[in-house]
Amino acid sequence: MTETTTTPGGAPRFAVPGRIAVSEQAESTWQTATLTEIRRETPHAATFRLAVPRWAGHLPGQHLMLRLTARDGYTAQRHYSIASAPDDSGHIELTLDRVPDGEVSGWFHTVARPGDTIDVRGPLSGFFAWPGDRPALLLGAGSGVVPLMSMIRHHRARGLAVPLRMLVSARSPEELIYAAELGAETTRVFTRGAPAGVPVGRVTAAHLAPLLAERPPDGWEAYVCGSNGFAEHVSRLLVRAGQPADRIRIERFG
Amino acid sequence: MNVTRGFTGRAREHDPGLPPGQYDARDDWPVLSAEVTPDLAPADWTFRVDGLVERPRTWDWDAAHALPASAYEGDIHCVTGWSKFGVRFGGVSLDAFLDVARPAAAATHAVARSHTGYTANLPLTDLTGGRAWIVWEYGGEPLPAEHGGPARLVVPHLYFWKSAKWIAGITLLDHDEPGFWEGNGYHARGNPWEEQRYAGD
Repeated sequence: MTETTTTPGGAPRFAVPGRIAVSEQAESTWQTATLTEIRRETPHAATFRLAVPRWAGHLPGQHLMLRLTARDGYTAQRHYSIASAPDDSGHIELTLDRVPDGEVSGWFHTVARPGDTIDVRGPLSGFFAWPGDRPALLLGAGSGVVPLMSMIRHHRARGLAVPLRMLVSARSPEELIYAAELGAETTRVFTRGAPAGVPVGRVTAAHLAPLLAERPPDGWEAYVCGSNGFAEHVSRLLVRAGQPADRIRIERFG
Repeated sequence: MNVTRGFTGRAREHDPGLPPGQYDARDDWPVLSAEVTPDLAPADWTFRVDGLVERPRTWDWDAAHALPASAYEGDIHCVTGWSKFGVRFGGVSLDAFLDVARPAAAATHAVARSHTGYTANLPLTDLTGGRAWIVWEYGGEPLPAEHGGPARLVVPHLYFWKSAKWIAGITLLDHDEPGFWEGNGYHARGNPWEEQRYAGD
């Protein structure tokens, strides 16, 4: 073996620091949530509103863990992003894609009805949270728009002045979640189908250029959420366009 | 127990290899890094062992490959819920590096760090005795960049966030120091068999 003269790269540091301290108690306590409303968003996605009386409160971008229990005690648990903005309603909303053969999403889309109860714990993880303090550039694909929508809703509900822009990619206008709620802050990209005159294709550097040109003096904090393919593609485009890698937060499905 | 009305779940296959709360990802291997995948060529990769060791040392790609080859064949478990059975990682046992660097008697913990700056903390006992590897092959092929290539740490008996991608080194300490996810609410040790997902579990 060879001994090289390389010196260590200094003390260990976080590449992308977390945004907030998280409550250990909220993270470790399961509580019962009651389904109060189901709203269809697209042919493959629906929003599920849950009453969680002892919800500790969350920040936009956080997620929770959800558990379904069968009669024989078998459980299935999954992580889902929270779609609703923080408020004091005692309710939170999740928007779930129907995954083919999805054990948990299948139950939500075919069996669930208001009055059903499930278990949740959270909110979890401070890494993807956005407290509304820094200018943020949000990039999502498919149901990756869900945690980003929580940020947009929070921004509107509080009347925040901090710059916020979003780019969403969907297969077609019919598959675009929250389509009616998206405003001038959002750039829409359709990958498979669109009305005549609207270009079809994946996100390119040309989509990002105007957003990056609007960069505030201290730069954007970028939040990327979607499939791994989307996250890899878009994060590389961002880096190539000059966005610092340590100001790109990525949440990938899985 | 709060039974979910109408929930039956998938067919029960009693699988003693599946830790509590996990499901079998089968052919999938989800990518879950929270940062941009770095462009890191093997020629630029190095691995350093320092901190409380007698002989701090840095290995480059060729020097690391000159150590005795060792493979892990078995299962891996991700804190998000999936487990993957029967994977094969090829590389070198971490013991081979530590045998050269010689941990000091006072060393009890380690921080693993990536070339991106990502960190994970581990008790030293989880890294020794043939339980941890530095790997550059997956299924006989070069480890893909999005899965941590050119080389990553693999500590398969703990949740996989401990298995730092794009591994740059480990620093031995006489105390525990939270890493990236541990500072973001995750458990200090992350034993899947005790379902240590979050702080407080």
